[in-house]
Amino acid sequence: MRTKTMLGLTTALTLAVSAFAAGADSIKIAFIDPLSGPFAGTGTNGLHQYQFAAEELVNKKGGVLDGDMFEIVAFDNKISPKESLIQLQVAIDQGIRYIAQGNSSGVANALTEAINKHNRRNPDDRVLFLNYSAVDPALTNDKCNFWHFRFDANADIKMDALTDSIVSNDEIEKVYIIGQDYSFGKAVASAAVKYLGEKAPQIEIVGNELHPIGKVKDFTPYSRKIVASGADAVITGNWGADMVGLGKSVLENGFTGPIYTYYAAADGITAAFGDAGVGSLRLVAEGQLNPPPNDRASEYIQAFKAKYPDGNMSQARITNVIEMLAKAINEAGTADDVVPVAYALAGMEHESLWGGNLMMRESDHQLIQNVHIMEHTSDVVHDHDNSGFGVKVVKTVEMAAADSPTTCKMRRP
Amino acid sequence: MKPLIPETWITSPQGVLWITADMDLILVNLIDGLVTGLLLFMLSAGLTLIFSMMGVLNFAHASFYMLGAYFAFQISLYLGFWMGLLIAPLVVGVLGAGVERYGLRRVHQYGHVPELIFTFGLALLIEELVQFIWGKNQMPYATPEVLQFTAFSIAGNSIPAYKIFMIFISIAIFIGLLYVLTRTRVGMIIQAALTYPKTVEALGHNVPLIFMGVFGVGTALAGVAGVIAGPVLGTFPGMAFVLGSIVFVTIVIGGLGSLWGALVASLLIGWITTFSKAYNLRMEDLLTWLGFTKPEPIWDSAWRDLWSITSPQIADILPYILMVLILIFRPYGLFGKRDA
Repeated sequence: MRTKTMLGLTTALTLAVSAFAAGADSIKIAFIDPLSGPFAGTGTNGLHQYQFAAEELVNKKGGVLDGDMFEIVAFDNKISPKESLIQLQVAIDQGIRYIAQGNSSGVANALTEAINKHNRRNPDDRVLFLNYSAVDPALTNDKCNFWHFRFDANADIKMDALTDSIVSNDEIEKVYIIGQDYSFGKAVASAAVKYLGEKAPQIEIVGNELHPIGKVKDFTPYSRKIVASGADAVITGNWGADMVGLGKSVLENGFTGPIYTYYAAADGITAAFGDAGVGSLRLVAEGQLNPPPNDRASEYIQAFKAKYPDGNMSQARITNVIEMLAKAINEAGTADDVVPVAYALAGMEHESLWGGNLMMRESDHQLIQNVHIMEHTSDVVHDHDNSGFGVKVVKTVEMAAADSPTTCKMRRP
Repeated sequence: MKPLIPETWITSPQGVLWITADMDLILVNLIDGLVTGLLLFMLSAGLTLIFSMMGVLNFAHASFYMLGAYFAFQISLYLGFWMGLLIAPLVVGVLGAGVERYGLRRVHQYGHVPELIFTFGLALLIEELVQFIWGKNQMPYATPEVLQFTAFSIAGNSIPAYKIFMIFISIAIFIGLLYVLTRTRVGMIIQAALTYPKTVEALGHNVPLIFMGVFGVGTALAGVAGVIAGPVLGTFPGMAFVLGSIVFVTIVIGGLGSLWGALVASLLIGWITTFSKAYNLRMEDLLTWLGFTKPEPIWDSAWRDLWSITSPQIADILPYILMVLILIFRPYGLFGKRDA
């Protein structure tokens, strides 16, 4: 009886699957990021940008291959590496071949390891990891693998550009480094110490500390230490609620110097700072919104805002992920076997929607692109959070760190 | 003889002794800790009353705090901050009373576990509801402009006027509560209902109404805390989660049902966390002072993590350690009158 049921079930399943495969017109991309909890804002906005990019840049243009459409499938990982691995398994079980994740390098480290293992053990249903935001340098160095592609500039590349900007400012003699206590926060801190030491040994690092991620209720004690240390500038890799908490608290408690950040824009952060952040907040990032790089980018942003009036074009690189993936799938001639897709992606050159060229470095799968220093200001065309404030590019490093060394030793199939 | 405080204990990153150089900073940290503590008090005061009266661990308590912040933000868009401060806690209080009347009271007959599950579910529901209405981003809820100035500075550390305002509001609420509970007829009935609900009922008082009132006032207090904390600590859907567990720790340390206990425990937690974050006390120095030798090389040692701990890293778990110690040595809390 039981065997019969099982048999029946299996047949039904096989039929369903083959029926699905015959009419396969969607290439699914699993979006695994926080959609609840303290960082839900960042995650949800990222999801919208993915859905919009897939629709606008691929599906409306007839899709890839012979009319296959991109479909973004959302999975909530609650920013937990453990939960992410469960969601990854669910995604793989659903036959999804492309995994996009970005928030938290802790999660990315767990995912890249799990995907590497999975691909080794299951050569028939391998998956690709499209990392669009996790910037821990280790991911494209010691922990690199053939399946992982990073579309954001990593923490070292960003810190290189950021410290250039600090060194060129003569008023900065003392720097305070503070970040979230996990792999990315530590990577930012060690990169800052390294680059400042190399470029400007006369600059004194008056503080270097980590705080628990997503758990600090009140940043006042930290701000007190920063002000008391006499720092002229603050460097932080904080993001989400931790960025607003730290930044607002530091400014409220009397700090007036520049705050160099990685992620102090959009997702409510720009609005929360408002006028208080002008003159202080600096940002190192890719993807130029202001001044608008070209008409196509402006139109894209306007269309996005029309669809998501409360949304933000905060992660410009997402369009690069979608466009380059579509291009790679077309070049490979298949979306089911990710090996040729990965080979097409590695070494690919592409012109970004946001201006400038992109190059996926073959040796470590790190995307090489223009990196900008931006400032928080009201002098913008495209604002964030509908607040009238936004970020404007004040300095650009072309194809940043294109020849930077990597310790990556990739095993290719 | 060893010095009472080892010299290397309290050092800045450059190794300068802070204890001598920065007496001012201690004062600043005392004020900051006071603000944190008083805020915690407003949350725990309501919770401790509710717990002692109904035996319900209200998991949704911090959610009412969040609702207070969001309501006040919404009202402030139209009527300004001060009307928000006035109206939002009332709305939250009425909501809280409604939850008691139509939710908890019905679940009560099935025992404590269903009550727990009910409040837990309510917390999740409120978080989802907030995200549904306001989205997941942080709200631009700001302090009122009249309070956006520096009240005074101590050695270059500015104390925002808003903090002073927070201190005054909290102290006023504490005095008000203390007065009502100990000096008025209503307070006496509440206190009697805490210990002898049956007798109070037999004397002709409407005990369910008292329960509803206490629940309403307790949640309204959490609402007030939300209103005044929202602009400084951020108004976002995770704000209840961040504060949720520490409130329970506070009432356990203070002693269930004791207003004074809630106050003392809140201040204690406020100061402990503030000071341990403000100074980089290193475990290494403490262990050396106690006479241990540092294992070399440290990165090979099994004790590596213990030796490299600094006080800011463990600041947020210190209250939990304190709670465990209290539970071991004084299970009814600092000011509690009966066994928990």
